[in-house]
Amino acid sequence: MNYKQPLAIMKKELSGYFTTPIAYIVITVFLVVAGWFFFSTFFLYNQAELRGFFQLLPLILSFVVPAVTMRLFSEEKHSGSFEILMTLPVSARDVVLGKLLAGAAFVALMLAPTLSYAVSAALVGSLDPGPVIGGYLGALLLGLAFSAVGVFASSLTRNQIVAFIVGLLICLTLSLVDKFLFFLPAPLQSAIEYTGADFHFRNISRGIIDSRDILYFLSISAVAFIGTVRLLEERR
Amino acid sequence: MISVNNVSKYFGDFRAVNDISFVIRRGEITGLLGPNGAGKTTTLRMLTCYLPPDGGRISVGGRLVDREPLEVKRMIGYLPESAPLYGDMMVRDYLSYIGRLRGVNDDTRGLRDIAEMCGIGEVMHKNIGELSKGYRQRVGLAHAMIHDPEILILDEPTSGLDPNQIVEIRRLVKEIGKRKTVVLSTHILSEVEATCDRVIIIDHGVIVADSRTAELKSAAGGGMRLIVRAGGADSASFASGLAGVPGVKTVERLDDAEGLAAASVRGEEDVDIRPGVFAAVRDSGWALYEMTTERETLEHVFRRLTRGGDDEL
Repeated sequence: MNYKQPLAIMKKELSGYFTTPIAYIVITVFLVVAGWFFFSTFFLYNQAELRGFFQLLPLILSFVVPAVTMRLFSEEKHSGSFEILMTLPVSARDVVLGKLLAGAAFVALMLAPTLSYAVSAALVGSLDPGPVIGGYLGALLLGLAFSAVGVFASSLTRNQIVAFIVGLLICLTLSLVDKFLFFLPAPLQSAIEYTGADFHFRNISRGIIDSRDILYFLSISAVAFIGTVRLLEERR
Repeated sequence: MISVNNVSKYFGDFRAVNDISFVIRRGEITGLLGPNGAGKTTTLRMLTCYLPPDGGRISVGGRLVDREPLEVKRMIGYLPESAPLYGDMMVRDYLSYIGRLRGVNDDTRGLRDIAEMCGIGEVMHKNIGELSKGYRQRVGLAHAMIHDPEILILDEPTSGLDPNQIVEIRRLVKEIGKRKTVVLSTHILSEVEATCDRVIIIDHGVIVADSRTAELKSAAGGGMRLIVRAGGADSASFASGLAGVPGVKTVERLDDAEGLAAASVRGEEDVDIRPGVFAAVRDSGWALYEMTTERETLEHVFRRLTRGGDDEL
């Protein structure tokens, strides 16, 4: 497999974020919201931990990641450059891979400044490293899965707003599905809970790194990825 | 080099391209001519593997587009209509990005040569979005040629440009066409005459003519068409006088201007009516102010080709 083409696309998309104001706006919004949720409860709990931050991360990322990925295909379709991209000797798989990696890398860059929360918590008390490491691993996996969903949504339409809303709806459903379980009969509950991103993220962010949770996020990413590749290939 | 056999393309119920066949030989500049909505862009998009054909066979350089699309794409340099390039990228970065995706060695010399050939050396450090349309089109040409392709496909390369830019782009295309196979689409007949060796005329998704450019007019049929203006004649006798010239098929009176009688004269096929018209004017004692061969417009050619009959406008 030739890795040069996906890497070239990823590099182009990633630097594209930073030549326009999008990156700075999205990162600022994310840090303000995440920072507020972290510090507003940090001193109340009187515990050196990042639980307040990680608890709401699936919800925050449900909004932020689709905003990051919405342009990846929609903008190309809108401006017509999609036609150039599709007539270059690059397979649909490599195009989607490059764009997905760019989205996921952006999410990772966006999470990096929040490491300072962990540092500040460690300074004021004894921080248990397990949940922090698990939390960040979970956050990266969540970022990858939501990016894949966002890229899929972006490939559906030439309208970035539509791409954002579709991506948001799918991510929100994955994040919130286990909050509505009390409506359902008991046998269904655990099955539905298993499909929720929040459930798996909670497990990892407790510091319990279970292959089932990792597999869950990778499966969501793979399904969205394959769906996007199929969509591009089936285009009339 | 390119062969298209019985290819059709549907969009829902609409038949955009209807059972077309043609062959494009190596080293020719071929013009795909037709009005808007005739199916030119759809045809080019099928050649470049952007759209799959619904029936028929397309082979480029001996490879079928539906079997080996990546190989076909490698042979082709394609510039879509109105050059949809990334506006927020610098010209230089854009070209090296495309080069990297094309697997071209990222050497700056090759890039500089192409930039020089396309005349974009001085805008390499500008954002594509800030360029004028003419420059953008040239960047588009550079982007299509970065991997030194055998075949260059250009969709309406001069649309939206001013006359100077049009001349520039045509010169560039002719230059490129000396070494490459070029296919371009246009709805302007004079463009085909100026740049192409061969013309394929397409209308409503059907090919209505396919000939060398030089033979286009005779293939299209119809004789010579003159605009004549003379002083000292009243328009009725002027028209009837011209109608009496041997070889003249029809005379149409035009509006008089500046006290001159004016008429549009059509001759029969393969007859040069100019000496006859001149003699008629001289013998009647009129003063000849103007005698121009009227350019065949696309309209005339079309009407003749699609209706096969008279083309009185």
